[in-house]
Amino acid sequence: MKRHWYHYLWLWSLLYFGLGFFNILFAWLGLISFMLPLIMAIGFGNKLFCNRYCDRGQTLRALGQLGFSRRREMPAWMRSKVFRYGFMVFFFAMFGNVLYTTWLVYSGAGSLQEVVTLLWTWQFPWQWTYSGATSPWVAQFAFGLYSLMLTSEVIALVTMLAYRPRSWCVYCPMGTLTQTICKAKARRDS
Amino acid sequence: MCRKKKHLAVVQKADCVACGTCTDVCPRGAITIWRGSFAVVDAALCVGCGRCAKECPASVIQLEVGA
Repeated sequence: MKRHWYHYLWLWSLLYFGLGFFNILFAWLGLISFMLPLIMAIGFGNKLFCNRYCDRGQTLRALGQLGFSRRREMPAWMRSKVFRYGFMVFFFAMFGNVLYTTWLVYSGAGSLQEVVTLLWTWQFPWQWTYSGATSPWVAQFAFGLYSLMLTSEVIALVTMLAYRPRSWCVYCPMGTLTQTICKAKARRDS
Repeated sequence: MCRKKKHLAVVQKADCVACGTCTDVCPRGAITIWRGSFAVVDAALCVGCGRCAKECPASVIQLEVGA
């Protein structure tokens, strides 16, 4: 198998989560992972982001090659369209919740929560990563996005261990969304 | 003439998630993702090694005996 430069994009995941441990404002860089796949799908009608440039996909691939996967077949329900679309709706609703919380802090109706919430349940203190250098809403969005990124990374790593390395890609909300966009574009063009 | 039957990777397009894992592992470059929608196998290049089928997280690739 030929090695390509993008096989090293797992470094970006490492850098992203590492930087967010020291300064939460770096979490804003996570928007790149939201924008790039959409630009490629809407603008060019392809899933090259998933296929090559997704840092999470490359992380799972690399860890899988190191043997961190049982390589079993995923359960059928997890591969079903109902679960894939359901998880997509749930995930973007949670992203909407991050935006809503950011709005509350911006409008003064809520106060900044300097915590990282894992799996939408457990809160971890993370206050050393924010010095008050920006408006509180800027930090609130960063804490929210970092929580979402870390939560989905944990889920991805669990299904990597239990099933196949890139199991996350099957129900990745961004992947489901971009495939839907690409299919719609392909249908329109034909 | 006795000829070994050739195996071929076949994709169930309806359930493919177009993640590109198969294109990445294919040693022959026989698989492409068609317009971000599903994987397509070039039967002329596929040698039926089965790496894609083993790696596909959605389990939508099977090896079938070709014509």
